[in-house]
Amino acid sequence: MSVAITSPEFKQNATEALADPQLQAALAKAGPGFVGKRRDAIAKLPEFDALRDSVRDIKNHTLAHLDLYLERFEEKVREAGGQVHFAVDAAEAREIITGICQRLDARTVTKSKSMVSEEIGINDHLAAAGITPVETDLGEYIIQIRGESPSHIIAPAIHLNKDQVEADFRRVHTDLPADRDLVEPTALLAEARGELRQRFLAADVGLTGANVLVAETGAAVIVTNEGNADLTQTLPKAHIVLASIEKLVPTLEDAHQLLRVLARSASGQDMSVYTTFACGPRRALDPDGPGEFHVVLLDNGRSAMLGGTLKEMLRCIRCGACMNHCPVYQSVGGHAYGWVYPGPMGSVLTPAMIGIDKGANLPNASTFCGRCEEVCPVRIPLPKLLRHWRQQEFERHLTPAPQRYGLKLWAFLARNGWLYRPATRLAMRALSLFGRDKGRFASMPLAGGWTATRDFPAPEGDTFQAQWRARKAAGTTSRSPAP
Amino acid sequence: MTSTPSSRDTVLASVRRALGVTSREAPRRQEVEARLASHPAGVIPARAQLPPAERLELFKAMALGAASSLDHLASAAEVPGAIAAYLSTRDLPLKLLRGADPRLAALPWSSAPQIDVWIGPSDGRQPVGLSHAFAGIAESGTLVLFSGADNPTTLNFLPDHHLVVLEAKDVVADYETAWARVRAQFPDGQLPRAINMITGPSRSADIEQTLLLGAHGPRSLHVLLVGAPS
Ligand code: SF4
Repeated sequence: MSVAITSPEFKQNATEALADPQLQAALAKAGPGFVGKRRDAIAKLPEFDALRDSVRDIKNHTLAHLDLYLERFEEKVREAGGQVHFAVDAAEAREIITGICQRLDARTVTKSKSMVSEEIGINDHLAAAGITPVETDLGEYIIQIRGESPSHIIAPAIHLNKDQVEADFRRVHTDLPADRDLVEPTALLAEARGELRQRFLAADVGLTGANVLVAETGAAVIVTNEGNADLTQTLPKAHIVLASIEKLVPTLEDAHQLLRVLARSASGQDMSVYTTFACGPRRALDPDGPGEFHVVLLDNGRSAMLGGTLKEMLRCIRCGACMNHCPVYQSVGGHAYGWVYPGPMGSVLTPAMIGIDKGANLPNASTFCGRCEEVCPVRIPLPKLLRHWRQQEFERHLTPAPQRYGLKLWAFLARNGWLYRPATRLAMRALSLFGRDKGRFASMPLAGGWTATRDFPAPEGDTFQAQWRARKAAGTTSRSPAP
Repeated sequence: MTSTPSSRDTVLASVRRALGVTSREAPRRQEVEARLASHPAGVIPARAQLPPAERLELFKAMALGAASSLDHLASAAEVPGAIAAYLSTRDLPLKLLRGADPRLAALPWSSAPQIDVWIGPSDGRQPVGLSHAFAGIAESGTLVLFSGADNPTTLNFLPDHHLVVLEAKDVVADYETAWARVRAQFPDGQLPRAINMITGPSRSADIEQTLLLGAHGPRSLHVLLVGAPS
C-alpha cells in the first residue's frame, strides 16, 4: 500500500507508539539482536573501517560524475537488450511501470522488497489499474495482508510478533484447514512459501529494486536471503528494476566493496545468501529468464540534493544500521516517522522528499547521541544533516513559537554575558527546587511531552560557567581555556 | 513504453546543474573512462589470501558456516555415487534435473543407474536440481553460477534441494579474482543474463528476527567439491 504521510503528527505518533505494549515488546526483542550481530561480524573483519572509507570514496566519485555513469549504464543495458526509462518523479515512475504491465496484459505482478517502490506508492497505483501486486519478501507479504507499510527498511515487519502473524495467516489463508498447527515459526514460514510459490509461477511481471547498479556492465545487483527476488525476476515475462539514480557504482569491483559492508551492517552476515547480477533479458539460447528487462531510474528530488549540504545523504546504501542503533527509533519504531523512510536516515531524507513543511518534526526526533554516524558504513554525518534541517526549519519560521522565542531569548542572553550568568543561575535555582529530592523530575511545567515517558535530570549544582570559574580558581580544571 | 526523451534530458540536466558541470569537460570524461578501464580492486580482506590448500579449507569452513552441506570428492567419477547417497539418506526420489553443461553430461552416470536424470529448466515440480558452478569464493563460502542452457537459473531457486558441482581448482580467494576470471571468459564484455552468487540455502528472519532456513529458495544447498586445488 502507499504510505499516507503522517510525519507532521510525529509527536502524536510517538506518544501512541510509546504507549503500545505490543510494539514496545517487539522493539525490545529485535533491537539488541541487530546490534550484536553487526558487532560480531565486524569484529571478524579487520578491514571493515578501511572498506567504509573505500565505499565512501567510491560513492563520492560516482556522485561527482553521476551524469556520465548514468549514460554509460543506459548504454550497457541497451547493448544487452534491455530498456532504460528515466523518471523525473514518482508519478512518472508509476506511469512507466503500469504502462509496461498493461502492454503485457499483466494480471499479477510479483514484487521483491523495494523501498523505492514504497516511495512511489506503486502498489495502490497497480491495483487501481486492475493489476494485483504481490509482495513476496516474507516481511513485506505479512504487512501487505495487514494493509500496513514497512516499519524498517530491511526488516519491514519488525513491529509484529509471531502471534499476530499467525492470526493474519488464519484470517487470509482460508483455503487451508482451520485446525492446522502454526505454533512453530517454521510452520508459518512453510505456509507462506506454499502460498507464494503459486503466485511466483503465475506472475506476468516481476518488479524488484536494486541494491547497486553497475555502470560498467549495465547490471542491476539485487540481494536477498529468501531467494524471492530471484523467483520474482526469473519466472515472469518481464523483469522491471525500479532503482533510484544514486544506486550507481562504476565497476563490478566497486560493487563488492559496497556489498562487503552492506550485509555486515544490515544483518551481520558476511554475505547475503543471494547476490544476483541481472544483466538484461533472456538470451537467444536461454531456457529461462524474463523476455523483457526494464530499468526505471528514478530521480524524485535526488539530483537537486547533489548540489547542496544533503549531497552526502546520497551515499546511503539502505543498510538500516542507523535505525538499529538509534535510541529514538528503538523507542518509537518506524511507523511514528510517518512516511516511507524511518530512523535517522529517514529524518534526513523525508523533509527533502515530501517537503520541510510536512517533515519539519523529524529532524527533531534525535538525541544527537551520534551513534548513527558512528555505525553508518558510508560515513554519512547524519547529526550534521539533521542540524541542517533544524536550521532550515528555524529560518523558515516553522518552529513552534514558544521554541522560537525561547531560542531567541537564549541567543540574546548568550550574546550578553552580563545577563546570561544571572539569568541561568536563576533558572538553575528554580529547577533544583522542583527536583530537589530525587535528582530528576517526573513532571515539569511546560515539558509534559518529555516527562510523560522519561524523567528529566535535575541540575545538581550550579551552572557550568559558575562551576568552571570556581574550579579554575581552585586550580582543578584539567585544561585551561584558550587564551 | 519508453520514457520521453525529455525525462532523460531533464534528469541529466538536473544532475549537471547541481554538479555545476556540462557534459563536455574532457577531464571528467577521461577520469570516468580511466576508472572503468582500470576497475581498481579497492580493499581486499586478508582473510582469504592463503595458499591453495588452506584457501580450500577456508571455503569449506565458510560454506558450512553459511549452512550449506558439502562432500569433498577425490574425482568427478565419484559425483553420481555421492548424489545417490545424498538422495537416499534423505528419502528423496532418485531423480534429478540438470542443465546441458558438458561437464555434468560427462559424469559417469552409469555408475549410479538408479538415478533418473532429466535435462532442462525447472517448472517448480522437481525436488532436486543439479548445477555446475563457475567458481567458488573462499572469503565467504560463496558459489558463482551463470544463467544459460548449461545451468538454467530456475534450477538454482525452484527445487527444494540444490546440488552444485564445484571443482576445487575453481575455488578462488575473493570476488575480485572471480570477476577477473569472468572477464577472461567473456572478453567482449557481454556477460550472461544472470550471474548468481549463492551463499547457503534460502532463509528468512522476518518473524521476530529469528533465522529460519527454507524461505522461497532451496531448503538445502549441497556442494559437491571435486578434486584438489591446482
Ligand atoms: S544512513 Fe548510513 S547507516 Fe543509515 S541506512 Fe543509510 S547507509 Fe545505512
